[in-house]
Amino acid sequence: MKHTTRLVATLAFSGFVAGHAFAADITGAGATFPYPLYAKWAEAYKAKTNNNMNYQSIGSGGGIKQIQSKTVDFGASDMPLKPEELDKAGLTQFPTVIGGVVPVVNVQGIAAGQMKLTGPLLADIYMGKVANWNDAAIAKLNPGVKLPDQKITVVRRSDGSGTTFIFTNYLSKVSPEWNSTIGANSAVKWTVGVGGKGNEGVANYVTRIKGAIGYVEYAYAKQNKIAHTQMQNASGAYVNPDDSTFKAAAANADWAKAPGFYLILTNQQGKDSWPLSGATFILMHKKQDKPAQGQEALKFFDWAYSNGDATANQLDYVPMPANVKTTIRNSWKQITDASGAPIWK
Amino acid sequence: MENNQYSAHLKRQMLLDSVFRVATRFFAFLVLAMLIGILISLLIGAMPSIRHFGWGFLTSSEWDPVTEQFGAVVPIFGTLITSFIALLIGVPISFGIAIFLTELCPPMLKRPLGIAVELLAGIPSIIYGMWGLFVFAPLFGEHVQPWILENMGDLPLVGFLFQGAPMGIGIFTAGLILAIMVIPFIASVMRDVFEVVPPMLKESAYGLGGTTWEVVRYVVLPYTKTGVVGGIMLGLGRALGETMAVTFVIGNSSIFATGLFEAGNSIASTLANEFAEANGELYLSSLIQLGLILFFITFVVLSCSKLLLLQLKKQEGRSS
Repeated sequence: MKHTTRLVATLAFSGFVAGHAFAADITGAGATFPYPLYAKWAEAYKAKTNNNMNYQSIGSGGGIKQIQSKTVDFGASDMPLKPEELDKAGLTQFPTVIGGVVPVVNVQGIAAGQMKLTGPLLADIYMGKVANWNDAAIAKLNPGVKLPDQKITVVRRSDGSGTTFIFTNYLSKVSPEWNSTIGANSAVKWTVGVGGKGNEGVANYVTRIKGAIGYVEYAYAKQNKIAHTQMQNASGAYVNPDDSTFKAAAANADWAKAPGFYLILTNQQGKDSWPLSGATFILMHKKQDKPAQGQEALKFFDWAYSNGDATANQLDYVPMPANVKTTIRNSWKQITDASGAPIWK
Repeated sequence: MENNQYSAHLKRQMLLDSVFRVATRFFAFLVLAMLIGILISLLIGAMPSIRHFGWGFLTSSEWDPVTEQFGAVVPIFGTLITSFIALLIGVPISFGIAIFLTELCPPMLKRPLGIAVELLAGIPSIIYGMWGLFVFAPLFGEHVQPWILENMGDLPLVGFLFQGAPMGIGIFTAGLILAIMVIPFIASVMRDVFEVVPPMLKESAYGLGGTTWEVVRYVVLPYTKTGVVGGIMLGLGRALGETMAVTFVIGNSSIFATGLFEAGNSIASTLANEFAEANGELYLSSLIQLGLILFFITFVVLSCSKLLLLQLKKQEGRSS
């Protein structure tokens, strides 16, 4: 009798310890844009370490709320929090990968990359001031392209989104009128157009509605084979969206000098920079209630920075440059346990 | 001794009885508690926006997350107009289905058709939404809408309703999809109530030489008006709160639409779209207040239908 009790107790205890040592579950929630990548990383990480990483793609706003209420180990957002917002909430943030937002069009006879647009013109279209495809402003940029006499149907996101933030942030930088009347946020007061839910929703509307223009994450334009446009960047050159132009935009950014990595990569200088680039971010508490969990989360991202670049490239995300990764790892030193000792060594 | 046993048995019976009564009463009151609980939590959630905007929330058509200016006119209007279109199309069709099934249908077809109607009611709403977006909207936008825009856009008085770009999606499409969704509900209720009309009444009317229409108009309908109104209200209830199907096809635009083919927004679709990403207390609270308004609208609609039924009951038996 006594023996069995002891045996059971020992077994239970060892099971408890084993469960803790070998299968730490990390939980995260937030942005939908990096979800495909985080899911792939989690799969590979699980195969390697047997640790689970559960990520719920509930949207950037949801991610911020969840991390603030401490229901998850990390939050994810496409819209970086301002340094003062981070301080107020006791959070720290770091970028994981870079992506691009691309304008897409459905105009008969226009192939991918054939149409050229500038930032101010895009703003005018999205404010309803340029409402027909044969408008002189579009024709001037596209000599030799046959533009139909067709109404422009503006398509944008109906839900709040980091994609919208990057898009409106760019328009605010290049169009003073946009900046003063509409502004930049994950959701804004649109003056024209129809709203699609999610990147899929916008992609779907653009492929279906003739004469439509929309904006989606690059991967969605590529996968759905929707015609993207060229954009004029801050240096005046016309560029096509792809890995190299996203990388160029990231290369010109000075992450080390940006407190809290608060850096929005839209409208970057450099003749190869894609003007609608943006990073996606991870949010964590500076003071960890459960330091072991926080450490596991950092281990995951450490592994991802070291081993996840190939997966990122495959899925059309651009990994962070090596020197930025070092800066990020250094920034983890400010994450501490209750006593103030750093949990990342 | 025997007597004792008998009374013990009786006591146990009575105890069980009272336990049963208390338990069922508890379950019944649970419903009431839930209703009040939901109402209270909506009220608490909506408080910041109620305080900030006051009655202006109900009259403003502004919806600007950047400057945090919110008003409910566009979603309220979208909810009401799409539900109205749904009933406008759905009620006559449902009525036809029910009449055919109860009065004119050959017995052989009666069961399969009836079951088909009931199965339609069981299709998840998202399927209707997907069908609307992928199948109906392209066909409508390419083949029907251009013709309507061309031929009806210049009509006096009502022409403005038929203007805009042929997108296939918009307020009218949302109403039409809703109509398809409420038809099985209304039709099956109508059929059920038509079926309980005593055959003797109908046969007497037929015997007097009434046509099918006359029998339906003067015998079946007066006998079943309560059930018919109930069925329509059930459909209206579903149309008001329908979320996913509407979100797919309404176009999700917070700009006040002047035409039927323009993009709009209903309360439910606004909530579905914006709740997850609503940052800022006022934004979230405004969305909760929208939910409260939807709650209120549904409540008023149901109360009105109850009042209408009472009114109808009072007039029963009087010559019309």
